[in-house]
Amino acid sequence: MSSDIASRVTQSKDISRNKKKLDGAGQFWLVFRYFALGLLFIIAALPIYIMVINSIKGITGVTQSAAFIPPTSLDFGAWGPTWEILREPMGRTLFFVLQSSIISAVIGSINGFVFAKWRFKGSTVIFTTFLFGMFIPYQAIMIPLTQFNKWAGIGGTIYVLVFAHVIYGIPICTLIFRNYYQGIPNELIEAARVDGASMVHIYRTIILPLSIPGFVVVLIWQFTSAWNDFLFAIFLTGGSPKLAVATTALNFITGSGNQVYYGNNMTASLIVSIPTLLVYMFLGRYFLRGLLSGSLKG
Amino acid sequence: MAVKGSVKVEVKGSKTPKQSSRKRIQSPWGGFLFVLPSIIAMAIFVYGMIGWTLKFSFSNRTNAWSKDDSWAGLKNYTGLLADPEFTHAFSNLIKFTLVFMIGTLISGLIMALLLEKGIKGEGLFRSIYLYPMAISFIAMGTSWRWLMDSAQGEKATGLNLILNKVGLSSLENSWYTSEKGSMYAMALPAIWQMSGYVMALFLAGFRGIPDDLREAARVDGASEFKIYRHILFPQLSPTFLTVLIILGHISMKVFDLIYGISGKGYVTKVLAIYMWQVIFDFQNYAKGAAIAVVILILIAVVVIPYLIYVNKTEEANK
Repeated sequence: MSSDIASRVTQSKDISRNKKKLDGAGQFWLVFRYFALGLLFIIAALPIYIMVINSIKGITGVTQSAAFIPPTSLDFGAWGPTWEILREPMGRTLFFVLQSSIISAVIGSINGFVFAKWRFKGSTVIFTTFLFGMFIPYQAIMIPLTQFNKWAGIGGTIYVLVFAHVIYGIPICTLIFRNYYQGIPNELIEAARVDGASMVHIYRTIILPLSIPGFVVVLIWQFTSAWNDFLFAIFLTGGSPKLAVATTALNFITGSGNQVYYGNNMTASLIVSIPTLLVYMFLGRYFLRGLLSGSLKG
Repeated sequence: MAVKGSVKVEVKGSKTPKQSSRKRIQSPWGGFLFVLPSIIAMAIFVYGMIGWTLKFSFSNRTNAWSKDDSWAGLKNYTGLLADPEFTHAFSNLIKFTLVFMIGTLISGLIMALLLEKGIKGEGLFRSIYLYPMAISFIAMGTSWRWLMDSAQGEKATGLNLILNKVGLSSLENSWYTSEKGSMYAMALPAIWQMSGYVMALFLAGFRGIPDDLREAARVDGASEFKIYRHILFPQLSPTFLTVLIILGHISMKVFDLIYGISGKGYVTKVLAIYMWQVIFDFQNYAKGAAIAVVILILIAVVVIPYLIYVNKTEEANK
């Protein structure tokens, strides 16, 4: 079950037990571990560190040679103009991402319930064929999809992205919910069945109330992946400024022609990352569950 | 067929009211109906559209105006083999994949090994190692472009400056801008992004192994190294397999990570970038489709056997 696998990661072992007697070698290894962990910490944090400190040096105060040096005084000068450019695309992103995440979660929950608790003959095979959709390179469907969008009359609107993220989110959302529901004991459902409850009733009254963590995991997963998506955005909107979303607008700002405005570039990159970073900071546990659930063998 | 059979059961069982209600509930018909919309969606938008792309790749739509769907045979594919840009992008992708997969596997495993027994501050380290997964590569590309700046010596910035300062100036290099080392350099940000994920998978693996196994080996006098080598790692082989599949398919598809750093630049071109260029800049749908099919095949030969294996173990565990 997905929640199990995530708590396995987050429940660290009882370290007080190891503490009781550390001999010389034990102490050496502890110091070594902290040293190595610290070094990896610095490497992992470096790119975001650069982004943050160079976003508060103003527009002109940013030079590449001083990239690692923190500013002497705070200057949020680059934030205003950058936000002006990003406000509309980010609003548009939020608009489509919320819709696609919610629809995806509802579909995922229904599918997940069926594949976990309401199996039919051949359901495992069908589920596996769904999963393949998770691995395909979207390039392999992109040309027909653009044509389909035109045919369906949503070409040139932001709904192309809602649609794409909902459809191609079906495999992962189904997988996460299926793993989640498999952790719910069958006895619970059997008992309701004996009482004559229909599966739809069981889903509504027993499963849905237990599903909130599953919904949080899927919503976060879909939110993060749709917010950060660049491939669908650039392909399906054709780079049209009227349909610019967070990543395509950012790419327009930082793209090769504009690389000299360092302060703006760093600030824009940070602003675009803030929503997903906030979600990660406050709901990291659920993000982790989504990641591990997506690894199939949950 | 399965559906027909189950309907029969329902009819048979409808003799007594009690029985009928039980049979109705257990009928698998309903479950199928509820996933039917998704089945149709997957059939059209995954499998149907792959078929459509395949058809394009065998057609003559080689420019923006062409509506020529006539059969071109393997022309588009043989054309790719003769196209030096394609073979360049292909070999770039292979180089990238090798370094990225090995690098991420090792660094993720090291993170997991360092944390696995539990250590004070573990939560903080874990969160920092994993945050790159939450950020778009178009955004992180801005930082990585600076870190991998090619200036060296006096003018060195970014990673070169750090290497310079710690006395490793011989390691300074021009990163992703040099023809020779471009893909190895490009693997760095990819390793940086995915290591935390691999760490999490391995941590879950390690912590799923019962402590008794370790304790028993310790009582028998096995060294820590031997415990890992002969007891823990063999238990983790499913995790290794999962990690390799995940990294492999991500690597084959790699697009925004490279696009965010060097755009459509020649030295770092991979299949996904080249496909995008062929579609948008040259409007050659037939050729673009052929490249997409190549990427799909590269992934499918690894993923399909894996899915069959997962499916089998699922059936066995039922």
